[in-house]
Amino acid sequence: MPPTIQVTDLRKAYGELVAVDGVSFEVQTGEFFGILGPNGAGKTTTLEMMEGLRQPDAGQVTLFGEKPWPRNPKLLPRIGVQLQASAFFERLTAREQIRTFASLYGVSAKKADEWLDRVGLSDMAGKRNEDLSGGQQQRLSIACALAHEPDLVFLDEPTSGLDPQARRNLWDVLRDINSQGRTVVLTTHYLDEAESLCDRVAIMDHGRILESGPPAALVRDLDAPTRISVETGTMALDAARGLVEGVEVEDDGVSLTFATRTPAPVLSALAERDALRGLSVRGATLEDVFLHLTGREYRA
Amino acid sequence: MTGLLSLSAAMARGFFRDRTALFFTILFPLMFLIIFGALLNSPGSSKTEVVQIGSIAALDNLPADAKQQLSDVLEVVRVDDRAAALQQVRDGDVAAALEQQGDRVIVHFSAADQVKAATVHGIMQALVQQGNLAAAGVTKPALTLTSQQVEDESLKAIQYMTPGLLGWAIASGATFGAALTLVSWRQKKILRRLRLSPVPLVSVIGARVSVSVMIALVQSAVFVGVALLPMFGLQLSDQWYAFIPLMIVGTLAFLSIGLLAGAAAKTSEAASAIANLIVLPMAFLSGAFFPLDNAPKWLQQISDLLPLKHLVSSMQDVMVRGEGFTATLPAIGILAGFSIVVSGIAALLFKWDDA
Ligand SMILES: Nc1ncnc2c1ncn2[C@@H]1O[C@H](COP(=O)(O)OP(=O)(O)O)[C@@H](O)[C@H]1O
Ligand SMILES: [Mg+2]
Repeated sequence: MPPTIQVTDLRKAYGELVAVDGVSFEVQTGEFFGILGPNGAGKTTTLEMMEGLRQPDAGQVTLFGEKPWPRNPKLLPRIGVQLQASAFFERLTAREQIRTFASLYGVSAKKADEWLDRVGLSDMAGKRNEDLSGGQQQRLSIACALAHEPDLVFLDEPTSGLDPQARRNLWDVLRDINSQGRTVVLTTHYLDEAESLCDRVAIMDHGRILESGPPAALVRDLDAPTRISVETGTMALDAARGLVEGVEVEDDGVSLTFATRTPAPVLSALAERDALRGLSVRGATLEDVFLHLTGREYRA
Repeated sequence: MTGLLSLSAAMARGFFRDRTALFFTILFPLMFLIIFGALLNSPGSSKTEVVQIGSIAALDNLPADAKQQLSDVLEVVRVDDRAAALQQVRDGDVAAALEQQGDRVIVHFSAADQVKAATVHGIMQALVQQGNLAAAGVTKPALTLTSQQVEDESLKAIQYMTPGLLGWAIASGATFGAALTLVSWRQKKILRRLRLSPVPLVSVIGARVSVSVMIALVQSAVFVGVALLPMFGLQLSDQWYAFIPLMIVGTLAFLSIGLLAGAAAKTSEAASAIANLIVLPMAFLSGAFFPLDNAPKWLQQISDLLPLKHLVSSMQDVMVRGEGFTATLPAIGILAGFSIVVSGIAALLFKWDDA
């Protein structure tokens, strides 16, 4: 069986500007795949070429072994798309929106209403989309993309502009979709979102994929030191330096921080001296991976 | 098919919930009808008013049916104050003052309105003549004159205006509807979203066509309904309903213009500007607002090239001039051909999104 998505050496330029510059990857059935990168990295352009909304300058995309460009009516019922800018009919209520979209796929009004319930919008069914909050609109937009139960779902920055609570609620919805066996492709500029949701991420910058793999593996492969901090004053700086051989120690006046690739001896030495006040242990994150790959701080 | 229906429903709901669109498509043209209808149809303007001073045998002794006939053309008010009556004539408030002195009937008139004065003069002459004949014992005149009105080319204002303004309303409703939906659906990314659904492009266009035809039906019903009110007094011909097929192809023709404008324009503002530039001048040049019978020949020739001209004059033919369905066939053919050509061009220029 071919992979659900196969992308080979995809390229797209807008005039002089090369937005996507030779991107290749595969996504397997049932996978939650993320494309992570700062604004302007080329995520949306890549996604739109996969969806069949844009013609690639070069390279190939196949979904379920079929080409999405030009508009391929055979594929359309199998994919669900949430566009970066929510697309709603004017002056329709939430219920009317989703029923309209559902009926384009031959899905009954009853099923459509169930989806409204699943994204927690039953109470808002009678409201026009202009009167919904940003988070509610995003959820409606996702429900509209899913009402026909597609096998493959594309989501373009579904949580951008939402408050933290709304983001977390939406994450639950997305996990739920994926756990039903659907393949999900998501773009995001939030590191934590990619880390928390995706089975695999591709880190993208300036139109190229710099690295891809499961978030945990990317972080592990980075071989970055673990940072152990306690409150400043728990221990004198000199004593701290002598604690374990070969450990970097810093004191910024708030925290005393040990950076080491073997955290166990440091932790046990601190425990022996009963010097664990305000303890925190922080491993590397995707942020460190990005820093390592590009040589610059991650800025969404 | 379900796609077509649900898109039509979505579009129709969007339209009927849009107060601005409702106003400009239905109320605004109706306002024109009401204003012009009230201005041009004020009753009594065709009667000639005269005052009668004291009694005049020739008038007072008329048999009832003759009095009735007379009152169709002359409105006679009886007064006793001679000086005031003459002053009314001088002021132009009435066409003439009549009085009898002995066996003389005198018509006092002002030279200001000679046509009316002549009318009164003629009528009085006839009455006096009749009185003379009766006095001479002639009860059966050798000659009688009967006159009969011929339905002439120039129609009463409301008869002319209803099809004209309705044609204009349908044209602008269809043009703006198509242009604005296309642009705003493209700007709001709805077209993009629809492109990702299995619904074919013909269903998207088909939905717009059915909604526009529905709107045109509503416009027609409202227009004709209002014009038929006694205060406006529209009189429909027997085969008035033959305007329905005409109205549908007319809608298609203007939809195709709107689709073209919508395909060419990037913003809603540009789309309405283009639609306005096309529809408004065309309405004047097509005789939708006033007849072009007296317009210069070259202007009439231009007018023959405009789809609205064919829509309006053919609608007048069946709605008020008493022609039948077959009389509309040439116009239907012209409008259908126009629609096919223009929507073909629009299809070539069509874009799902502006990215
Ligand atoms: N329609 C377009 N025309 C011209 N340039 C574009 C267009 N869309 C995107 N770009 C440019 O291409 C680059 C990649 O954009 P995009 O794919 O939207 O990135 P992302 O989704 O990662 O923010 C950006 O520099 C953006 O300005
Ligand atoms: Mg983007």
